Amino acid sequence: MKAHLTRRYWFAASHRLDTPKLTADENRAVYGKCNNPFGHGHNYALEVTVSGQVEAATGMICNLVDIDRTVKHHVLERFDHQNLNCVPEFREIVPTTENLCIAIFNILKRRLENTHLEKVRLEETSQNSFEVIGE
Amino acid sequence: MTVFLTRKCEFSASHHYHNPAFTAEENRRVFGKCNNPNGHGHNYTLEVTVKGEVDATTGFVVDLKELKEIMNREVVDAMDHRYLNHEVPEFQSQIPTTENIAIAIWKRLEGKLHVAKLHRVRLYEMHNLWVDFYGEA
Repeated sequence: MKAHLTRRYWFAASHRLDTPKLTADENRAVYGKCNNPFGHGHNYALEVTVSGQVEAATGMICNLVDIDRTVKHHVLERFDHQNLNCVPEFREIVPTTENLCIAIFNILKRRLENTHLEKVRLEETSQNSFEVIGE
Repeated sequence: MTVFLTRKCEFSASHHYHNPAFTAEENRRVFGKCNNPNGHGHNYTLEVTVKGEVDATTGFVVDLKELKEIMNREVVDAMDHRYLNHEVPEFQSQIPTTENIAIAIWKRLEGKLHVAKLHRVRLYEMHNLWVDFYGEA
């Protein structure tokens, strides 16, 4: 039978929302406080959902240890306590939580082996969250 | 118009993971700390989501009191403060992983609801780990 398993993680990072495609005034108008040149930070909560058949031999969809190791190595260790604007993924694009959610989805899609990535959900604050769902 | 309603309850239980078809070494490798034969426990949080049309007379999707009684009878009374491997029949032949407990709960509840339809069983083993089961094959 098919089930979904979700694991929740946390990391903290800073960013500044600013795009060279807009003027300084336009950046201030679009991004407001998030355009502060010195940046600001968030405690992000990351939810990773995988899905698949529950294996009869193990009673599990996948081995949680593998998921934890992959997320820790390829996401948490790369983004935790970093300035996102300095991370390679955001050299060309703005580190909005939408783009961060897509970047994390793409990283995990590539790195998670033998597991179907169903969804990545990212909370920027307790009031804002973003989801990327695998097609 | 379809409305979804979720009811939450909690139960505490112990379990361990062990497959008799595996060697002792395989069991330790696959299940790690969960293979400790003396067991360990969790505070599980169960969320049961049902869906249905809002009844024109009562304004209810489901009688919450009835849903609460079914959840208490089928799940809490059977699993709360129990050793799942030894005291819950489903886990005589299956490993009581969160996946399998969620599926067992679905099977216990399905068919017991008279009006609304079971939509999702969400079972939290901890605040950072949970399983969703939608009754899919």
